[in-house]
Amino acid sequence: MHDSVIQVERLGKQYRIGTAAVRHDTLRDAIVHVAGAPARSLRRVRPAGRGLGNDAERADLVWALRDVSFDVRRGEVLGIVGRNGAGKSTVLKILSRVTEPTTGRAAVHGQVGSLLEVGTGFHPELTGRENVFLNGAILGMERSYIERHFDEIIDFSGVERFIDTPVKRYSSGMKVRLAFAVAAHLQPEILIIDEVLAVGDVGFQKKCLGKMQDIAGGGRTILFVSHNMAAVRSLCSRCLLMQHGEIYMEGSPDAVVDRYLELYEEVDSQTDRTSLRADREHGGNAYTLHYTRTAAATTIECGQPVTLAFEVEMPKASEQATVSLTFINSAGDLVVSMSNKVQNVPSSTGPSRRWAVVCDLGQLPLNAGSYGVRVHVGDGMRDVARFGNAFVLHVREHDVFGWGNALPGVRSWGPMYWTPAWDIHPAR
Amino acid sequence: MTLNVEERTLPLEASGEPRSERHEPAPTLVIQPAGRWPTINLRELWAYRELFFFLVWRDIKVRYAQTVLGAVWAILQPVLQMLILTVIFGTFMKVPSDGIPYPIFTLSALVPWTFFSNALTTSSSSLVSNPELISKIYFPRLVIPFAPVMAALLDFVIAFVVLLVMMPFFGVTPHAEAIVIVPLLLVLIVMTAAGVGCWLSALNIQYRDVKQITPLLMKIWMYGSPIIYSLTIVPERFRSFYSLNPMAGVITGFRSVLVGDGVIPWGPVGIAAVVASVLLVTGALYFRRTERIFADVI
Repeated sequence: MHDSVIQVERLGKQYRIGTAAVRHDTLRDAIVHVAGAPARSLRRVRPAGRGLGNDAERADLVWALRDVSFDVRRGEVLGIVGRNGAGKSTVLKILSRVTEPTTGRAAVHGQVGSLLEVGTGFHPELTGRENVFLNGAILGMERSYIERHFDEIIDFSGVERFIDTPVKRYSSGMKVRLAFAVAAHLQPEILIIDEVLAVGDVGFQKKCLGKMQDIAGGGRTILFVSHNMAAVRSLCSRCLLMQHGEIYMEGSPDAVVDRYLELYEEVDSQTDRTSLRADREHGGNAYTLHYTRTAAATTIECGQPVTLAFEVEMPKASEQATVSLTFINSAGDLVVSMSNKVQNVPSSTGPSRRWAVVCDLGQLPLNAGSYGVRVHVGDGMRDVARFGNAFVLHVREHDVFGWGNALPGVRSWGPMYWTPAWDIHPAR
Repeated sequence: MTLNVEERTLPLEASGEPRSERHEPAPTLVIQPAGRWPTINLRELWAYRELFFFLVWRDIKVRYAQTVLGAVWAILQPVLQMLILTVIFGTFMKVPSDGIPYPIFTLSALVPWTFFSNALTTSSSSLVSNPELISKIYFPRLVIPFAPVMAALLDFVIAFVVLLVMMPFFGVTPHAEAIVIVPLLLVLIVMTAAGVGCWLSALNIQYRDVKQITPLLMKIWMYGSPIIYSLTIVPERFRSFYSLNPMAGVITGFRSVLVGDGVIPWGPVGIAAVVASVLLVTGALYFRRTERIFADVI
């Protein structure tokens, strides 16, 4: 028995991305250029990696993957994370033999099944039943195997009533459920999964995760690419972080996900400013916000407690200070506001020119996304200054309910989540 | 939003099937840049025969989906052409037809030709019409251009039956050799269509010009085949050259054993067999050679 089931050695993949723009300074040049177009088109579509000509021709070649080496041990659930274009999917495509590497090699011991997309090969004109067989065959299942598991597949999909209806009449949710039910019956020794969790409703995502947990528990080897950090944390036993086609880091899921989130934050161009001048002020005097314990940009995970702390410097001393915070989402909509004045929680008494503010937001029920925080400051009588975007809060998706699933995302779930107490039982 | 969160037994736990059930236990697979010279892995193709049959079955299933006439089109295609050709070339222009009534003379050629033409046309667009299969799943890609060729066989069978039914009305009877010769000629059509289909479908991935060329090619090829006329009107000295078109020997042989004098034109058929083999082998090799970039450029 091999301890490592996949050995990847210095894998590289080069793509041609079309020609760089050419400038035409004269009409004559342009005509010459047009006349040469067919010949250039012929060159352009030639595969990368062979017969490379001059340097100009090399310019439109990019390495999607460079010198990537790693091992996967038997029974391991290896997560691969990274931003879009980091090369994650290219690795999976090479390992599932959809595309060939330009350099390097990979050795795979055992039978590979890959789920780069559920429902590949579904034909709209065929019925659900027919598509189960077709899709199964495409995924590499034998007909007899599908026949034996047909009832299970249909039962799992929950579309039994429509099984003899052409798939083109299905809702997209039904299609995905049926496709996933087929894929869930794929039983290779090594399973390669790319972002299948990104589609479908909550129920579907839950099924996916549950299924993957089962496979992981069953000792099968899984390679898993996802942007769902909660899923990566809860499913994977080891993680790779990829950046610009290279492996940037390898380690425990927690360490890698933390580093990934940090990288994300670095890329965000939020400054490490120490103070901020108000963008609207009373009487043209200078009001300043000093960052003390909370940085201007902060990344938290959904459900993680957060405290905003800062000091406000006013041009004149005042007896009291009032502060209100307004959260605005990336679309510019007001999400929630809070104010010590409205709450009737007054500040201590002054007089003072400089006020320290600590606002313990607790577990803010904000769903994943980025939120700008606007700060209004008052002197006890009226608002005297406004600091737009004083803070930027990046909220990352997280398994807030603790069962291995992130929230479904802002678009379908709204900007907030809530944890009510439920009591649902058969009515008498 | 549907909140479909009911618990069900997860099949992976429940079934507990042995893993090797699907294929033989997989040996170590080495993935690396392919060598310069392509090879054709027949064992692997055999292992994927079920997928091949499913693709054929799918092509047949969806072929006439949502049409009113359905498989009647398989009959109408050659029969309507026969009517037009008979009026123009048989009645108006009086093209010699070796003493065979012109309608059945041309229909006996249109039946294999329509098969060839449909097979080749669908085969040449087979790769570009299945982009998601190519960019998401691995399997020997060679099954893709072959499947539509086999799917077109069904139309041929239907049209062939119509041809047999019409023959008595024109007072012609097939020769006994037809039982052996017709399947043999069919094999040659399949080889030619699949061979050219491999070439065109692979070229089509990179050069969508193929889509524009194919209808024109089929038109030229039709006039270059003995459909509206007989091989005998081709001047003797050009005949070997003319027979480089495998459809020349195939159609002439087909016509001869079914509605003609039963003399098998071994010369043109022999040339057709050689040319069909060359087309098939080179097509498959070219296909295999370009296969590595399919997923990248499609």
